[in-house]
Amino acid sequence: MRLFDSLRSFASSLFHRNAIDRDMEEELRSHIEHRADDLVRSGLSRAEAERRARIEFGGYQRFKEESREALGVHFGESFLQDVRFCLRGMAKKPGFTVVAVLTLAFAIGANSVVFGVLNAFILRPLNVPHAESLYGLWRLSSNDMATSYPDYLDLRDRNHTFESLIAYNVTQAGLDTGSDPSRAWVEEASGNYFDALGLQPYLGRVFHSSDEHGPNSAPYIVLTHAFWHTHFQDDPAVLGRVVRLNKHPFTIIGVAPPEFHGTLMFFNPDFFVPIVDHQWIDVSDMNARGDRWVFMTLGHLKAGVTPAQAIADLNSVGAYLEKAYPKDDPKMSFKLARPSLYGDYIGRPVRTFMTGLMLLAGLILLAACANLGSLFAARAADRSREVALRLALGSSRKRILRGLFTEALLISLMGGAVGLAGSVVLLHALSVWQPISRWPLHMSVNPDAKVYAVALLLALASGLLFGAVPVRQVLHTNPYEVMKGSVAETKRGRFGLRMTFQDVLLVVQIAICAVLVTSSIVAVRGLARSLHNNFGFELQNTMLVETDLNMAGYLGDKAPPMQKRMIDAVAAIPGVETVGLADQVPLGDVQPGSNVFTDNTSNLSPSNAATDAMMFKVSPEYFQAAGTALVSGRSFTWQEDKDKPRVAVVNREFARKIFGSVAKAMGAYFKMPDGTRIQIVGIAEDGKYGSLTEDPQPVMFLPILQWPSNSAYLVVRSSRDPDQLGPAIRSTLRDLDSGLPVYIQTRFKALDAFLFGPRMATISLGVLGVMGAMLSVVGIFGMASYSVSKRLREFGIRIALGAQRRELLQTALGRAGKLLAIGSGVGLLLGLAAGKVLAFLVSQATPWDPIVLGGVLLTMLLLGLLAGWVPARRALSTDPLMLLREE
Amino acid sequence: MSVQAQLLPGTLDLLILRAVSLGPLHGYGVLLRIEQISGGALLIEQGALYPGLFRLLRQGLLKADWGTSENNRRAKFYELTATGQKRLREETASWNRLATAIANALAVQPEES
Repeated sequence: MRLFDSLRSFASSLFHRNAIDRDMEEELRSHIEHRADDLVRSGLSRAEAERRARIEFGGYQRFKEESREALGVHFGESFLQDVRFCLRGMAKKPGFTVVAVLTLAFAIGANSVVFGVLNAFILRPLNVPHAESLYGLWRLSSNDMATSYPDYLDLRDRNHTFESLIAYNVTQAGLDTGSDPSRAWVEEASGNYFDALGLQPYLGRVFHSSDEHGPNSAPYIVLTHAFWHTHFQDDPAVLGRVVRLNKHPFTIIGVAPPEFHGTLMFFNPDFFVPIVDHQWIDVSDMNARGDRWVFMTLGHLKAGVTPAQAIADLNSVGAYLEKAYPKDDPKMSFKLARPSLYGDYIGRPVRTFMTGLMLLAGLILLAACANLGSLFAARAADRSREVALRLALGSSRKRILRGLFTEALLISLMGGAVGLAGSVVLLHALSVWQPISRWPLHMSVNPDAKVYAVALLLALASGLLFGAVPVRQVLHTNPYEVMKGSVAETKRGRFGLRMTFQDVLLVVQIAICAVLVTSSIVAVRGLARSLHNNFGFELQNTMLVETDLNMAGYLGDKAPPMQKRMIDAVAAIPGVETVGLADQVPLGDVQPGSNVFTDNTSNLSPSNAATDAMMFKVSPEYFQAAGTALVSGRSFTWQEDKDKPRVAVVNREFARKIFGSVAKAMGAYFKMPDGTRIQIVGIAEDGKYGSLTEDPQPVMFLPILQWPSNSAYLVVRSSRDPDQLGPAIRSTLRDLDSGLPVYIQTRFKALDAFLFGPRMATISLGVLGVMGAMLSVVGIFGMASYSVSKRLREFGIRIALGAQRRELLQTALGRAGKLLAIGSGVGLLLGLAAGKVLAFLVSQATPWDPIVLGGVLLTMLLLGLLAGWVPARRALSTDPLMLLREE
Repeated sequence: MSVQAQLLPGTLDLLILRAVSLGPLHGYGVLLRIEQISGGALLIEQGALYPGLFRLLRQGLLKADWGTSENNRRAKFYELTATGQKRLREETASWNRLATAIANALAVQPEES
């Protein structure tokens, strides 16, 4: 109530000051006239009576002033006075102001960027109504959200806890709108998709459950707003238009709302098609219960249903399916997952990292506050005479403190505004940035009200924080003492080496900086190392050409001859050494796998599997083209087709895991789930297949002639410049079939997706590290130059008495040096501990590495030199004569 | 003038509340009323009344409205609010307690030893 009152009177005093003044004036005058009336009645003349009344009233101006204060008018006025006074003071010391504002701007900017990303990645749910009750089904046995289409139908129809369960899958398809056929990202969605999510079309209509009448019954396309905008120029006449998807005719029936980008966060598809058309989009059999190609199922819980009830309900459906289909659904239990980042697949590490980053950014802000706190304390010490004078003249300490806080808040608000502006620019840039060119990744991290609120709060909090540092100083100022002694000598001398509060702030700040420097060097080292890893294939001089014969209409038996023609055509391009073909490549989009069994296993149920091995179907030249070394045995030949005995090349890990050693594996047999016996004819080196951080994985390479696939990557080995080779490959393939979508990139570029996380981690840590370093430099510089300026007289005298430069330096910078050493030591230790957190994001990020340790020490030393240079020069160049003259 | 007593700090507010509690008054009227009810024994500097009035106004103990005085002049009339009445009762009780205590303390006679 008090706060409200003072706010109200503050506001009214700002805006109605004149009205209040007039009112008061009139009232006081009325009083005087009433008194005069009485005096006239007692016999005085009117003029004399008024004169007497005024005298009796007392100090008119003083009472008016006091009345104003009693009404609370004063507060606003003195606040404006404070602001004006502060602005004048700041304008007089622009250097101080700029440093202070920039320091805060960086710190608050960093915080709002990190928070903006955190907000978009983690706090902001999918952009659909009532996103809070939206849950995805997470299968515990496979630890993912994938399912098969028949299982989805059972789950959808048999559960009692979801309003409506939807399924979707993200894939690519060749889109032909009449001109250049291109690859497009398609979200295959169940018929109830839009209705269950509660979405209305922007234009035309969306598809519904009622459109589904069995396989391929609903050849409809609903465009995303963005795709409609970029590819159809917002043309409303697009409705009803027939386009070809993988050569099949589809009708565009509608456009989705602009703010909806599909249910896979940040992965924006181009359009939606009913999932019942799956066979036109992809070759996998949608009715096979064992083929878990559906990416995710999700839905809104019914009102009043708790997640625990839903899990129990799903598990009972799962138990039924286990019993009904023991072969395909051996274990079926669920938990609920938030359909957030990549369908919650990468949610956990990202959450951990972002939380860590937020923490670091918070530390930066704290360091900035420590810095500014020291600056303010130093300034307050310099102004102790002014403060003492004002106290002696009757100013209240409250009023002086209010002035100090006004200044702190003004600076923090200015810093906050600049920082927020910078972060908004950066966040917008991040939002339009497409980090992995071949994926439709859009990180919509545009700031919302939450980000602005956080920035404002941080600015205010930090202003109060560093504004509070000099409070004690002011409260303890004794005007008499200060006016008596010439300078209030800092108490540091008396306490010897005992740390003052400001010293502790500086140590904390240096420690934070050292933590950041350590973790960014660790991240950079880890990233550099993981690029020099043995991938099990060569990055140099390799191009990856992705085509999809399916999109071009080459199905079944038509695919292998086309693949052979493509290999031959590309191999004929001058400068191309070898061309291999694979259905999928290691560290590519998908890593298909299969259970394998030892040769003497007769019951081929999943529980008897020897291991789950990744499976790449490759052409004979693949190993040579990819640069994958064979440790033993041979590659395939073009004669090993469907009519010949099945053979395979496996990697060392496969051999070790199933046969115990490479020697035992050579020539041995293993079985596939369908009972096919395969003989191992070669052993390949181990490599990285699914991720850069994985442990060795068992992998088998099968001849693509024996296991035909429509999916085709050409691995082209050539020392020609990729910029020339790319177009040559493209035109060669277009000559073979102009309808073939082709996507060409270097093998290195193809790793973007895998390096994205580590790179982002490295960049963000690097940026924070640089900011931490800058703040430390400012902090050390401020402290050292302040202490030098305070002791200039001492230096002058010592120089006059013949002190050595070394001694002087020790006096001038010894303290800063000590603090730097303590801070760096603490920070380094903390940084080493933090390295563990980094290890799962950036592979091989170990802090126990001489280069890391040396790098941190060197960096901190450089920072110290940089910060101490100017104060040291100043101390050494002290001219005793000048100083004596000044006295 | 020696019969007039200086006001104790803080008692002006109580007097104003008491004066206004007897009926709506303008500033000068408050002054006259206090003079009247105290039998002219209390000395109040005229202008000092206004900071007190405004303080009470701001605390919500009084409310004010412009009106016309018995002299046919425009004047601001003050009235007690409900909280004002409550405050007056509390303050009066507490003042009486204080006054009794002090009076008792002063009335104690030294004991014969």
